[in-house]
Amino acid sequence: MYRIVSAIFLAENIKKIEIEAPRIAKKRKAGQFVIVRINQNGERIPLTIADSNPETGTITIIAQGAGKSTRELNRKEAGDSIADVVGPLGTPSHIENFGTAVSIGGGVGTAIAYPTAAALKEAGNYVITINGARSKDLVILEEEMKAVSDEAYITTDDGSYGFHGFVTQKLQELIDSGKKINFVLAIGPIPMMRAVAEVTRPHGIKTVVSLNPIMIDGTGMCGGCRVTVGGEVKFGCIDGPEFDAHQVDFKNLADRNRIYQHEEKEADDTFAHQCNLTGQA
Amino acid sequence: MDARTITAKERMAIPRQEMPAQDPQVRIGNFNEVNLGLTPEQAQQEALRCIQCKDPVCIAGCPVSIKIDQFIKLIAEGDFMGAVRKIKEDNVLPSICGRVCPQEDQCEKVCVIGKKHKPVAIGNLERFVGDYERMSGQKIDPVIPAPTGKKVAVVGSGPAGLSCANDLAQYGHKVVVFEALHELGGVLMYGIPEFRLPKEIVREELEGLRRMGIEFRTDVVVGRTITVDELMEEEGFDAVFIGVGAGLPWFMGIPGENLVGVLAANEFLTRVNLMKAYDFPKSSDTPVFDCKGKNVAVFGGGNTAMDAVRTAKRLGAEHAYIVYRRSEKEMPAREEEIHNALQEGVEFLLLTIPLEFIGDEKAWLTGVKCQKMELGEPDDSGRRRPVAVPGSEYVLPIDMAIISIGNGSNPLIRQTTPDIEVSKKETIVVDVNTMQTSKENVYAGGDIVTGGATVILAMGAGRTAAAAINEKLAGTAKNFNEW
Repeated sequence: MYRIVSAIFLAENIKKIEIEAPRIAKKRKAGQFVIVRINQNGERIPLTIADSNPETGTITIIAQGAGKSTRELNRKEAGDSIADVVGPLGTPSHIENFGTAVSIGGGVGTAIAYPTAAALKEAGNYVITINGARSKDLVILEEEMKAVSDEAYITTDDGSYGFHGFVTQKLQELIDSGKKINFVLAIGPIPMMRAVAEVTRPHGIKTVVSLNPIMIDGTGMCGGCRVTVGGEVKFGCIDGPEFDAHQVDFKNLADRNRIYQHEEKEADDTFAHQCNLTGQA
Repeated sequence: MDARTITAKERMAIPRQEMPAQDPQVRIGNFNEVNLGLTPEQAQQEALRCIQCKDPVCIAGCPVSIKIDQFIKLIAEGDFMGAVRKIKEDNVLPSICGRVCPQEDQCEKVCVIGKKHKPVAIGNLERFVGDYERMSGQKIDPVIPAPTGKKVAVVGSGPAGLSCANDLAQYGHKVVVFEALHELGGVLMYGIPEFRLPKEIVREELEGLRRMGIEFRTDVVVGRTITVDELMEEEGFDAVFIGVGAGLPWFMGIPGENLVGVLAANEFLTRVNLMKAYDFPKSSDTPVFDCKGKNVAVFGGGNTAMDAVRTAKRLGAEHAYIVYRRSEKEMPAREEEIHNALQEGVEFLLLTIPLEFIGDEKAWLTGVKCQKMELGEPDDSGRRRPVAVPGSEYVLPIDMAIISIGNGSNPLIRQTTPDIEVSKKETIVVDVNTMQTSKENVYAGGDIVTGGATVILAMGAGRTAAAAINEKLAGTAKNFNEW
C-alpha cells in the first residue's frame, strides 16, 4: 500500500496528490509517469509524475476526475492509501539547452508541462510557459509555472483570466512578434496538441508532445499503447510518452483511445473508464 | 489392486484414466477450470500403469528432472503426501506444471508404456499430487537450511524466476524476487486463463515459496525503478537472475493493424486474466472489448492463440476464429488445447493468411482480407512452407482481431544494462551450462533467453541458473539493505 501524504484540490475536479514512494521519488525524471491502481479491483491507470521530493520520498500526481477510477482517486485524502504505484515509467524528456523553449500545458496537461519546464530552465533555456484552461477556476499550477519561467502566460477559452483564447493563439502571437523559438513542448488534450503541431510546423520549430494512449502494464508487454509516429508503430510506454509532434498520427491516437467507449456506456454512467496519461477523458 | 501384488497382465489391462472435464456447452458460459482433476481412485489406478523402469527415460524427458518413477510409486501405494514430498524435491509448482506443461512432448513422449499402449498420464498425476496437498489442508513444512549469508535478486516472478528462487532458497541463500506487475506469477497470472490455470492455485503455490523465506516485491520495474547494477552495487545483492520473460508483442506489419479493435493477445489476455475484465463492470474496473455477438479472429496457432480464442468464446463471441497460415498438424499449440477449442466451437481457418485489416470511416475494424495458402516445400524449420494460392483472396467480416504470433524481448533491461550481451533477436545471450550472461554474477533464463517457450523450459533454466549461482557464490557476502 502506498500512503497519501497530502491531497488538495487545485481546481474543481482536479486534485494534487502527494504519495509516499521513495524509490520512485529518487529515480524519477521529467516526462516520466507512474501507473497507479487504487484498490484490489482497480484499473491500472497511467498518470504523469508532476513533482517529486527525494528527501521526503514522495511523488506528486495530479488527477482530473473523468471516469470512475480518477473520480475515486480524487476522493482520497491525506492518510488514505492506494494499492499500487509503479514507476517511474517511460523515457525521460530529452532536455538540453535549446535556447528559447516554450512549455505549453492545456488543462491538467500542465501537470506534465510544469516539470519539463523546470528541467528546461535548469538546463539554461530561456523558458516561456503558456498555461491554458477553459476558464479561470480551472487554471492550475500558476505559481509553480511562473517560478520556472522567464515569461509566463495564462490563457482561458472564455477570457475569464489572462489571454482570451487558446494556447495556440498565444503561441502564434509569440511567433508573429518575431521571437526566435527553438523548442516547443505541448501537453494537453489531443486536439490541442495537434493544433500546436500545426502552428509550429511551417516554422520548422522542433515540437514535442506527450501522448496519452491506452495502457495496462506500462513496460511494453501488452502492446495496447502503440501509436503511429512517422508511419512507424511505436509503444507509448517505452518509446514515449514524448514524441516528435510533427510525426505523430493524432487521428490514429484519438481513434484508438475511443475503443472502450461502448463498454463505458454499457456500464454505469458513473463508471466511465479512464486510462490515459493526463487524467483527461 | 495392490501395488505390491499386481501382475504385469493386470497392469497392462488398466486403461489410461480419463480426466473428468466440464461439458463444452456449459464451460463456454463460464471461466471455471475445464479439466476437473483425477479422483484419488483414478490417480492410484493410473499410477499402477507405471512399470517402474530401472532406467526411467521419463526423467530425462523432464527439464527439471522430477523423480517421476518415485512419486508415481508413492501414489500407487496410496501414500499421496509422500508423493507430494517427493515431487517438491524437484518442482515447487506441481499444480501449475501438471496443468500447463506440454507433457506429450516431454516425459510422456518417451514413456515406455506409450510404445504399446497410451503413455502413463504423468502430467495428470503431477497435477493430482499438487492439488492433493492443497486440498488436504496439510501443508508440508519446508526444510529451511542454514543461511549462507549470500543474497540473490531474482527479477521476474514467472516460472523461471520462481524455480530459480526456490532452489536458491533451498541452498540457503537469501532471495528477493522483484515483479513489475502488482501480482506475482508473471505469465501464469496475466497470460494463462483462469479456465486453464485457476489463479488461486498460483497464489497458493507462491505461498509455499514464502514459507521458504523468499521475499517478494511487487511494483518494481527493474530497468526503471532500479537497475541491475544498482541491485548489486547499492542493494548488496551478490548475484542477479533475470527471468523477465519475452514481453514485447510482435505485430504482423500489415496495413490496418492500428485500427480500433486490433490488439495483441497479451493485452486481451492481461485485461481478462490479470485484471478480471470478464467481471467488468461489477467487480473489476478494467473493461475489455465487448465480444457479445461479435466476430473475433485470432491470428496464430500457439497456446496463447488458443487461450485468446477460447476466452473470446467465453466472452460471448458469435464466431471465434483461429486464422493460421499452415495446417493443423503444424500448429505449435498443444493437441489438448486444440481439441478443447474445437469442442468449444472455435472455427479454424487453416492455410489462411491475413493481407490487410479493413475499417470503417471511424477507423473501427470491420473485416480482414485473407488469402488461402497451400503447403509447398519444407523450409528451414522442416515444416512445409505455405505458398499463396493466386486469386483466393476474400474478406472475412470481423469486429475484433487478436494478434498472437509471438513476442520479442523486452528492452528495459538491455537498455539500462549495456554490458549484458544480447543476440540479433535481442534475447539475452547466456552460457547454456550455467545461464551466466556476459556480465559477472548476472544470470538469465526463460523466454528472455529463448524467446517465447514453455513454462517447464523456463523452470529448467531457472534451476540450472540457481545451481550455477550457488557454485559461484563462494566469496564473501556483501552488506544487504532490506527492501
